[in-house]
Amino acid sequence: MTDRPDRRPPPTARTAVGGPARRRRARRPGAVGGLVRRTATHVGLVLLALVMLYPVLWMVVSSLRPNDTIFRDSGLLLTDLRTSNYTDGWDALAAPFGHYLVNSAIVVAGCIIGNLVSCALAAYAFARLDFAGRRWWFAIMLGTIMLPIHVIIVPQYVLFSQLGWVNTFLPLVVPKMLATDAFFVFLMVQFIRGLPRELDEAARIDGCGHPRIFLRIVLPLMTPALATTAIFTFIWTWNDFFSQLIYLTDPQMYTVPVALRSFVDSTVATSWGSMFAMSVVSLIPVFLAFLLGQRYLIRGIATTGGK
Amino acid sequence: MSALGELRRLRAPGARTRRHRDNRAAFLFLSPWFAGLLLITAGPIAVSFLLGFTDYNLIQPPAFTGLDNVTRMLSDERLHQSLGVTVTYVLVSVPLQLACALGLAMLLDRGLRGLAFYRSAFYLPSLLGSSVAIAVLWRQIFGADGLVNQLLDVVGVAGRGWISDPGTALSTLVVLNVWTFGAPMVIFLAGLRQIPVMYYEAAAVDGASRWTQFRRITVPLLSPIIFFNLVLQIIHAFQSFTQAFVVSGGSGGPSDSTLFATLYLYQRGFNNFDMGYASALAWLLLAIIAVFTAVNFWAAKYWVFYDD
Repeated sequence: MTDRPDRRPPPTARTAVGGPARRRRARRPGAVGGLVRRTATHVGLVLLALVMLYPVLWMVVSSLRPNDTIFRDSGLLLTDLRTSNYTDGWDALAAPFGHYLVNSAIVVAGCIIGNLVSCALAAYAFARLDFAGRRWWFAIMLGTIMLPIHVIIVPQYVLFSQLGWVNTFLPLVVPKMLATDAFFVFLMVQFIRGLPRELDEAARIDGCGHPRIFLRIVLPLMTPALATTAIFTFIWTWNDFFSQLIYLTDPQMYTVPVALRSFVDSTVATSWGSMFAMSVVSLIPVFLAFLLGQRYLIRGIATTGGK
Repeated sequence: MSALGELRRLRAPGARTRRHRDNRAAFLFLSPWFAGLLLITAGPIAVSFLLGFTDYNLIQPPAFTGLDNVTRMLSDERLHQSLGVTVTYVLVSVPLQLACALGLAMLLDRGLRGLAFYRSAFYLPSLLGSSVAIAVLWRQIFGADGLVNQLLDVVGVAGRGWISDPGTALSTLVVLNVWTFGAPMVIFLAGLRQIPVMYYEAAAVDGASRWTQFRRITVPLLSPIIFFNLVLQIIHAFQSFTQAFVVSGGSGGPSDSTLFATLYLYQRGFNNFDMGYASALAWLLLAIIAVFTAVNFWAAKYWVFYDD
């Protein structure tokens, strides 16, 4: 996960200023002026963050308010706490909302396992093995990162419907078992390239084959990349709507996004309170994943530029 | 740094011929990936291309119709509308989003305290932005009695039904995309840290203004990353679907003003089961994305600066 060496400034450039580039306090516009300016920047940034997060905070507060105040109260002050939106929303659809949460959890778990196993295997081959046409296979792999899902969805749908997989979780999980999320393959390749090769060589001299080098040496060392993959897969799959909308049409099989969408269509504008409540419920796992995995998320996108 | 950098490097000469000692192991390790390539990605792409020349409704076998789908595209006004909407959305929202991302990244890169906090606060929307829940929220806040109008009312401005008005519906989706500037911002931040402070110090000694420093140091040295973000976000924006779908209730309305190309493709393929035409549309979308990306790469020669 380290940067490629040729992207780094020459080492002299860094040592010349007596420290890493990030410690940038070099410009000193006078002590008082600097303080004023820094405070102004902080105030501006806090305000901007507040403006950006205001809608989400307001949704959380509104979900705890009586339904009729949602269109009147634009503030964040909670005077009258009601949980009825949550109990109403939970039972508003054909099945209790927990059912959809479980469905989503199953899909997410399958996708995480699939991505971890298949992408790690492929990444090890691309990063460490010497095989015919490696450069071309690698280029093809990179090309598929940018491939819009819409180009393949029709024949994929035909294939999966022939197999009788529509309204099962298989069309969502099986592709992940086949390393089709090339973004993660690339992320892991970058990470493995940064691991010292001497470890592999030593293991090989001791008689290890590739499966054992992979399992005993590379895999334990690449846990940060695996964590990044797991967290991104979690969030992306949890939020994914397009493929779940297409493959899951039976209300019993609905995942959270599809259920939420059917909620919107069935209630139009009557019960925003319970709709907000279930929206909040659906965002909690994403938020928790963000809190717990922030470090990996930031590092993951900073090195490979995912979204 | 990036997948794009990797592709650039692949073009470099120097492929040595040697015997490949790990062929068997590689085949084992790559077998899931090969299967995926065949069955899930490359195979379906090829099939999709062929289906584009047929009339196919999933029940009867595909009937070859030559270029009928192409002529149909030429006279399909909803398609033209959807392409207009999509291209407008991409060309407006991506530059705005990247400008916000770069601006904030530069502010945060000045050794402020609490960097981690701000970075997280601004990054969070990128994780939430593609969810149905946020689309539901957007539908409320930009509705006629929604949060935005309530707040405008406080300052005495008369609002309107932002989502029900064909003139403004697309703007609400642009706002949503700009709102998710956190992901490119984090990438910019990582890039800014690679620029040696020394350059700025030298420029300051020579009397260069902040603006000159930005133009002569930051932009050239950051240009590979600006380019990377631009390519990525354009490709990404072309594929937006969820927000338009939820906000418009699946219709792309009002008056097709939020009819993204992906949404139109979905309607053709999965509401009307017009799979042949949907495949042709998918290829058209792929071709448009490819053209935009190619133009980007071509233009990069004139402004992206690689020091290697």
